[in-house]
Amino acid sequence: MKTVSRLLMFLAAISIGLLFLFPMWKILVQAPQYPEGLQMHIWINKISGNTDYTLQNFNILNHYIGMEKIEPDSFKELTYMPYIVVFFIISGVLIALLNLKRLVLPWVALLMVAGGAGLLDFYMWLHKFGTNLDPNAPIKIPGMTYIPPFLGGKDLLNFHAVSLPGAGSIGIALAVILGLGVYFLERNREPQRIKTLA
Amino acid sequence: METVFNKVRKSAPKAALLMAVAAGAMLQGCSSTESSEAAALVSGVAGDAASKVYVAPGQHDELYTFMSGGFSGQVAVYGVPSGRLLKVVPVFSQNPENGYGYNEETKAMLNTSFGFVPWDDLHHPKLSRAAGMTDGRWLFVNANNTPRVARLDLKTFETAEILEIPNSAGNHCSPYPTNDNEYVLAGTRFSVPINVEGDGKYEDVNFDEYKEKFRGSISFIKVDKEHGDMDLDFQILVPGFDYDLANGGKGPSSDWVFFTTYNTEQANTLKEIGASQNDKDYLAAINWKLAVKYAKEGKAKEMPAYYYHNKLDEKSHIAKSEIKKTVRILRPEDCPGLMYLIPVPKSPHGIDVDPTGEYMVVSGKLASVIPVHSFSKMLKTIEKKDFIGNVGGIPILRYESVLQGEVKEPGLGPLHTEFDDKGNAYSSMFVSSEIVKWTLKDLQVKDRIPVYYSVGHLVIPGGDTKKPYGKYLIAMNKITKDRYLPTGPELAQSAQLIDISGEKMKLLLDFPTIGEPHYAQAIEAKKIAPNSVKMYSLEENSHPYAAKNEKEARVERKGNEVHVYMTAIRSHLTPDNIEGINVGDEVYFHVTNLEQDWDVPHGFAIMGNNNAELLVMPGATQTLKWVPQRAGIIPMYCTDFCSALHQEMQGYIKVSPKGSKVPLAFSTGAKKPKA
Repeated sequence: MKTVSRLLMFLAAISIGLLFLFPMWKILVQAPQYPEGLQMHIWINKISGNTDYTLQNFNILNHYIGMEKIEPDSFKELTYMPYIVVFFIISGVLIALLNLKRLVLPWVALLMVAGGAGLLDFYMWLHKFGTNLDPNAPIKIPGMTYIPPFLGGKDLLNFHAVSLPGAGSIGIALAVILGLGVYFLERNREPQRIKTLA
Repeated sequence: METVFNKVRKSAPKAALLMAVAAGAMLQGCSSTESSEAAALVSGVAGDAASKVYVAPGQHDELYTFMSGGFSGQVAVYGVPSGRLLKVVPVFSQNPENGYGYNEETKAMLNTSFGFVPWDDLHHPKLSRAAGMTDGRWLFVNANNTPRVARLDLKTFETAEILEIPNSAGNHCSPYPTNDNEYVLAGTRFSVPINVEGDGKYEDVNFDEYKEKFRGSISFIKVDKEHGDMDLDFQILVPGFDYDLANGGKGPSSDWVFFTTYNTEQANTLKEIGASQNDKDYLAAINWKLAVKYAKEGKAKEMPAYYYHNKLDEKSHIAKSEIKKTVRILRPEDCPGLMYLIPVPKSPHGIDVDPTGEYMVVSGKLASVIPVHSFSKMLKTIEKKDFIGNVGGIPILRYESVLQGEVKEPGLGPLHTEFDDKGNAYSSMFVSSEIVKWTLKDLQVKDRIPVYYSVGHLVIPGGDTKKPYGKYLIAMNKITKDRYLPTGPELAQSAQLIDISGEKMKLLLDFPTIGEPHYAQAIEAKKIAPNSVKMYSLEENSHPYAAKNEKEARVERKGNEVHVYMTAIRSHLTPDNIEGINVGDEVYFHVTNLEQDWDVPHGFAIMGNNNAELLVMPGATQTLKWVPQRAGIIPMYCTDFCSALHQEMQGYIKVSPKGSKVPLAFSTGAKKPKA
């Protein structure tokens, strides 16, 4: 690989690291009595909010409709996801350092699969929380489920919920784009080099 | 006769409107706006008043105003210009609404050397200062009856500390912070025998020994720079007059503080005559910096005392009382240059120093002029020793030598003066019920406006600082007669908002107040609002009986005492079923509010409790004592509407007859056996 490509590959690997600096996803809810809104931040290794107490307040609100308590400790994903991310960063950096051109495309493909799996897991998680309701909940509305939006906005009773990717997810997108860029750059250069050699 | 007068006065606005309409019809082209303005002028209200005080729903006021609640013992917080009541802060009075002074944590705040005094007469709020300007950190207030000074924390709007003042009887001229809040000063209204030579204890004194034995005191309360904690550093023993009001100098006069006195005759009976004989009383000028220096140098004599100091802990929210047993006393005769007396017309009330610090305005409530003294002339008079005598070794300066000039015919009963940012002074006239505007430049009256009725103090936001916020003036009135709907013999007390931004004063708004509004302090909202505490951190809660989660909730018996470690969260109490309590047990409910969200307090009340309720802020713990009087099932519940299921936030306590052996048991939501 040319130096530029190796540099881009290195950047691709490093940009995944944004997942450790910013949340991957943000869910914002607003209601008349919550004019300032409540923001849940889903990270690669934790669930937090815009304040220290957001999760507690989410749970207080959710208990009226019988939604299960959101407790970061109960998500296995949060324990093993950081390792997967670290794997992608290290392998990406190695590809750049050791000039392993042939592994660029498989690396990108694997990253896309992992990202896709993450999204699917998130979707299922939302579905589970929104539908698995305590039959003894104080507020019961026939036929109503409370699945938060996967992407975009949705009205749930008095709440308007908005779900959007966080800056962490941009890291994955950036890695995929840069990785694909490296792959195409190198592929276009290949025939020329063969000619010169001949 | 009064009826006729009232009729004429009440119909005056209508008549004016008619006249204005007629005038408008006669003068072609006269706009309708002008005629309505004419009508408004007659009724005394500015034509654009409504728009000037209108704060749209959801919008915030420009200023906070802290008004004394007088005999209610509380401080009321209003938004200005809207006049909306925002909060009543209990200070010297028990408040069943939130359990202040009733619950186990705050009872100690009202301890005094006289025992538990659950009430007082709160007169003067004063904001803490930095470089001669209000800084929005604390509010100091006085208790006039059982001498005390309290500090309110403006992050939480709660009373943080109450200090009793020994050797004082009627803490009226109080509390006055120095420009950098180094000290808060408090003077006594009544002089009393102070046994300095002896052991400080009671001395058998007769009323006719007033002149020899009765003395006044001025207390120097040191304020901690960072936390605001107060400490009585020393007192100055002053002549046995009545001390009325005080005010600190600023700029060139920063080192000085001035006190008005009356009863310099030292009468001990029928004071309305006895204390009104001398043509002149005195303005006591004290160099406070020098006093502090003398005290540090060891000139202050330590003598026995007995007074309480009550403080609320920031993390546990538990108040503790400390008994102090000595006080240091400084005597002016031992401290040259400490104190001077300046003659002023008889029975003065307000002493107010203008923003430059050069002029001391003394309002004599029985005087026909307002004397304005000059600080630089005062220094020259002292330098030249231009004295006309002395009181117990304290020099009396020559009136004419200190005087800058007199405001002639200001009105009847001048009481108190504040200043704007344009060199104007505004004095309240108690007898003639008006506010009079005059200038410091030529001491000429420029404008006057009636107020309804019998105005005491007035306040201009920052009017006692270096840079007043000269947009509004608030008059605090004693009587309202016909201003509001009648409510039996006792009518609302009132404040009036007046626009002082132009040449002429304009009345904008009347609003009723809590108790009697003696004085107020107003401050720009931006100096306080951003620091407001939203909740207490549950993690930092250091209350020894806190239950920080539902798993910690429990009931424990220690002999006759039962301690319930209870939690409250939307929308249940834990535990909510308690049994094993007997008649006559001392039951302490330690309720911890587990919420960590703004504006979600939980209340707690028990049927038939001979006490009050609790109002527990998010993250805090409070304790309610209950001694059940009879056996039965007693309900308990949350009193502060917290959520859609607030009504369901309740539980039961089973009380068994005395001596029963019912085991202690408690639960919340025990699972029912499957059907």
